[in-house]
Amino acid sequence: MDDAFIEIASVSKSFGNVTAVDNISLSIRKGEFFSLLGPSGCGKTTLLRILGGFEALTDGKVMIEGQDITHMPAHLRPTNMVFQNYAIFPHLNVEQNVAYGLRQQKLSREEQAEKVSAALTMVQLEGFEKRGADEMSGGQKQRVALARALIKRPKVLLLDEPLGALDKKLREEMQIELRMLQQQVGITFVFVTHDQEEALTLSDRVAVMNEGRILQQAPPREIYERPISRKVADFIGQMNLLDGVVDSVSDKVVVSSVALGSVTVDANRQTVRPGDRVTLAVRPENLSLSNSPATGGLPVTLAASAFWGNTTYYRIIPEGAEGNTLDVSQQDYRGSKNSGDPAWLCFDSCDFLLLKD
Amino acid sequence: MNRNMNLAARILGTYAVIYVAYLYLPVLFLPLFSFNDSIYISFPLRGWTLKWYQTMLANEALHRALANSLKVGITTALISTILGILGARAVAQYRLPGQKQVVGVIMLPLVVPEIILAMALLIIILQTVGSRALGLMSITAGHILLCVPFAMVVLISRFEGFDRFLEEASHDLGENAWWTFWRVTFPNVLPGIVASLLLTFTISFDEFIMAFFLGSTDPTLPVFMWNQLRFPKLLPGVLALGACILIASVFIVLLAEWFRRRNAFDGQTGDMIIG
Ligand SMILES: Nc1ncnc2c1ncn2[C@@H]1O[C@H](COP(=O)(O)OP(=O)(O)OP(=O)(O)O)[C@@H](O)[C@H]1O
Ligand SMILES: [Mg+2]
Repeated sequence: MDDAFIEIASVSKSFGNVTAVDNISLSIRKGEFFSLLGPSGCGKTTLLRILGGFEALTDGKVMIEGQDITHMPAHLRPTNMVFQNYAIFPHLNVEQNVAYGLRQQKLSREEQAEKVSAALTMVQLEGFEKRGADEMSGGQKQRVALARALIKRPKVLLLDEPLGALDKKLREEMQIELRMLQQQVGITFVFVTHDQEEALTLSDRVAVMNEGRILQQAPPREIYERPISRKVADFIGQMNLLDGVVDSVSDKVVVSSVALGSVTVDANRQTVRPGDRVTLAVRPENLSLSNSPATGGLPVTLAASAFWGNTTYYRIIPEGAEGNTLDVSQQDYRGSKNSGDPAWLCFDSCDFLLLKD
Repeated sequence: MNRNMNLAARILGTYAVIYVAYLYLPVLFLPLFSFNDSIYISFPLRGWTLKWYQTMLANEALHRALANSLKVGITTALISTILGILGARAVAQYRLPGQKQVVGVIMLPLVVPEIILAMALLIIILQTVGSRALGLMSITAGHILLCVPFAMVVLISRFEGFDRFLEEASHDLGENAWWTFWRVTFPNVLPGIVASLLLTFTISFDEFIMAFFLGSTDPTLPVFMWNQLRFPKLLPGVLALGACILIASVFIVLLAEWFRRRNAFDGQTGDMIIG
């Protein structure tokens, strides 16, 4: 990519015989909000620490703005980090914490105070200057950590699950603030999270990781709507995954599945041949239920339902396909909802995704 | 039920009073008799006087002994605390093969009887350099051997309670290893360092066996006092000196406690050792 700002080239990192990061290549653009998303232990933190200069690489190269920083020590890098536990200096108050990185700039007392107060305003912590490190809530600590890093005007801000320790409501508030802040300062953010919703709401682009590798990197909508593999589809959002076999291939692919019979779908950038085993993926919100056969739906049996507030999930078993279940999300299903009741499943085959492996 | 509780409370109360009295009353006799106008330590007191303090102040040999003890104590405190910092830092930060065993060897002087160490050191010094090497230097060396384990114990708990991410955060904010040590590591382990300095100084200051075995004709304070005790005439002067040392140590403990409160950061381990 010619507009790459951060270039991670075939980077690997092993701890003994554990390979935490396995030959990853990534490019991140200037000013982008880039998320690393993946389950616990997949190597997100390790990759972020490689960018920050806290882990020596086993192999590969890291560049920022065309400069090779692979062997540059952390204190010289144009990156700053918001640590998972915030790492607020306990012996300093808020003001001193935020001003920590300014020593080398040799500012006058007034200039420094001005910068600190601007940084605190940015994270909405005016009036907290004299607070001790242990007199703050998780959300406030997180803001101090942000201000302390942003005051350095880094080229890249690295954030390691900065919202992980906050409760749901505060987390959602902070997500919005973080996104606004990023747009305001225009600094490239590399954001680590295991919360897919968070990654999808905040990011310009997301890299989905698993076992030290990157499965897919794309904008959130693309990750959500066109996951590239079964693993990504399974990890992102609710997804029905159906086993099938390719029947025939023309400009469309015909797949026969036990659950839904024959379905005609788009090739979805995959090359398949008749006889290949494939997966059909469809989101619960793209399926619907009807309580009469008049709509031409597939006869199914209700197995369970769960009320989620804004929607209700129904688990159904297609007729003649015991052992295969699908989840349907629907706000306004009017039929009887007891398990064992009959219903009819409607779907549009263009909502189905064809996935290999 | 109520009567039982009352009884239990009374027994506990009595026990507490006896315990505290047993701990501190004998110590209080020291200043009490130091004001007594008699060379014999016995009741009834014969009247108040300050003359023992005057003899103490006039005693040149005592001054020299005090100076010796301060020299040895301060040197011991500084060196064993520095060694303790280096050792504790390594133990807390790295996981090396054989580490437990090495730490065990360092801690050994805690359990080896002091007299064995003193004799062993004496023999080594006599066999290698000869008796001219005996003196404040050899005492200091012995005291360092004795004090390093104590310094390590105090400092390891402090270093282990210290979050290594703080150092990384400092590097991240642009400070190299040197500045990171002074701006982050040092202030955070400072209470431990102060505790270690005070503890090792105190151990060295009142240490007798090593000072007796490894010393020359120029004694430290405990050895000097022990010499004086053999002459009843000199005893009250020693009492006056003891009273002064008592007050000084109370002052040091209060100072340490005040210092610890000021620097306290949420009840980390290792704090109890001061005070
Ligand atoms: N210092 C280390 N020594 C040995 N193994 C390590 C070290 N750091 C990480 N690992 C291993 O590397 C793998 C990736 O760890 P990493 O911390 O990057 O995961 P993560 O994706 O950040 O997980 P989480 O979401 O739980 O924070 C894990 O298997 C972990 O056990
Ligand atoms: Mg992590």
